[in-house]
Amino acid sequence: MRSLDGSRRQVRQTLTAWSFILPSLIGLGIFVYGSLVYSLYISFTSWDLLTPAKWIGFANYARAFRDESFIQCLYNTVYFLVAIVPLGIVFAMAMAMALNRQLPGIGFFRAAYYMPSITSTIAIGMVWLWIFNPDQGVLNAILKLIGVSNLPRWLESRVWAKPALSIMRLWQVSGYYMIMYLSGLQNIPNELYEAAEIDGATGWQKTRYVTVPLLSNTTFFATIMLIIEVFNLFEAVYVMTEGRPGGSTNTILYYIYAQAFQRYRMGYASAMAWILFVILFVITLIQFAARRRKEEIGF
Amino acid sequence: MKRKKRLHIAVLYAILILVAIVMIFPFVWSVTASFKTSRQIYSGNPLDLIPNPATLNNYRKALSVLPFHRFLLNSLVLATIVPVISITLASMAAYSFARLQFKGRDFIFMLLLGVMMLPGHVTLIPRYALARKLGWINKYTALIIPPIFSASLVFNIFFMRQHFLSIPRELEEAALIDGCSPWGVWRNIIMPNSKPAIATLAIIGFKTEWNSFLWPNVVINDFLKMPIQVGLTYLQTNVQSSWDILMAATTLSIIPLIVIFMCFQRYFMAGILTSGLGGR
Repeated sequence: MRSLDGSRRQVRQTLTAWSFILPSLIGLGIFVYGSLVYSLYISFTSWDLLTPAKWIGFANYARAFRDESFIQCLYNTVYFLVAIVPLGIVFAMAMAMALNRQLPGIGFFRAAYYMPSITSTIAIGMVWLWIFNPDQGVLNAILKLIGVSNLPRWLESRVWAKPALSIMRLWQVSGYYMIMYLSGLQNIPNELYEAAEIDGATGWQKTRYVTVPLLSNTTFFATIMLIIEVFNLFEAVYVMTEGRPGGSTNTILYYIYAQAFQRYRMGYASAMAWILFVILFVITLIQFAARRRKEEIGF
Repeated sequence: MKRKKRLHIAVLYAILILVAIVMIFPFVWSVTASFKTSRQIYSGNPLDLIPNPATLNNYRKALSVLPFHRFLLNSLVLATIVPVISITLASMAAYSFARLQFKGRDFIFMLLLGVMMLPGHVTLIPRYALARKLGWINKYTALIIPPIFSASLVFNIFFMRQHFLSIPRELEEAALIDGCSPWGVWRNIIMPNSKPAIATLAIIGFKTEWNSFLWPNVVINDFLKMPIQVGLTYLQTNVQSSWDILMAATTLSIIPLIVIFMCFQRYFMAGILTSGLGGR
């Protein structure tokens, strides 16, 4: 009798547990997992939303690697990775180190540095569009004031459009990673610095041999998140350049969007979305593997 | 020694202030420009920050081109409803994962965590196709239901579970012995003890929804249902480089969030620090 009672109670608890998770599970099942499978199917078809989808096998994938615009997007992404990820890490870490102390007004500085990262990219992107405007913008007005002749045409120029976009992104995201580094810094025990001081370490040496290595965990996650951020560059491109001039600021996600929602090539856009997904997945895997390797060697 | 230290601090402050100017300048510039006359904007010195004379004309113009009050209201409602539903569903699921025993619990939890690794763009097109099939295009349902069931729901589940694990079990055990059901425990004991965690998620959710653009941009083109970010881009297409009108509109869209940020700053920060992505 007793065991029957027990098993009945177990059944009841299982039912209760499921009733708690079922709403989330059903919704995610349809809109995430279901969508994922559906997306894979769409990527093997030719589909314009109006006529029925036609199965064409791997043709969309093959097409992507012959599409010069897509290759250009990949190249642009590599450029943005090189321009944004290392500098973003350096800025965030430097700001956090400067702000990791008790001084009057420090709360103001933290808030000020963090503010760009909560602002919508669409809205602030329009402000930057004006800042970068070669004739009416404030950036060139400042450059002129300090005596620069030959003012860059920023977003209108093939040479300067990418740096301009990188500057805007760095300005916007660094504060977010600064907060991550601040929390990392607060986890470093003070004794380590005291020990270093006894050994006669200078301020720079303490930073180089104590702080930076002990922040490697934060750096690891910040790097992964920044890389994903760069691969998903979209809104700034949407408001500021639409991929111009000559595709020099086009990004994978913007290209996917344009193919899907301006030219209605759903199959082709889905295939590129999957290529992007696989690239991101592989990069993340490599980073995790590299980290494990590093830990094994004992760094 | 003391003098050297004082010099050190002076240099530090100088650098901090310089960086702060760079960070805040675009905000100050757009807000002050929104009160300038078009004459001052186009032929005045761009470095002159004081509107002279100050005018509300740009706001009047922006509001007459497109229904901005409507955009703001839509965004306010969305940024409230979506996080409320998401946090409710998430804390139910999180309670189950943190406290109840059932077969396959850890497997399902891992399966859900996988969603956080998934870039949102992979599901954009099928979600759109689904919304079309369901007849949700240009309806509020499209703005509410799919955004609830996204990676942020999983993040909320994960976040609430971590929080629930830190609540002492003794609190619930007494209630369970008194014959309270798990639902009662969740509602009367667990949730009232989670207010700071809920506030953190609500603030992050508000920000995400207020700033969301790509999804609403594909499913809505009816001005009456349009959220603010999408409305802004329509204005941009309409007025091109009329910076006076554009700056009034961007100010309208940025200020609400800045005010909320000022009031709830510590919850914003807590969101990053306790997300588990804070580098631990």
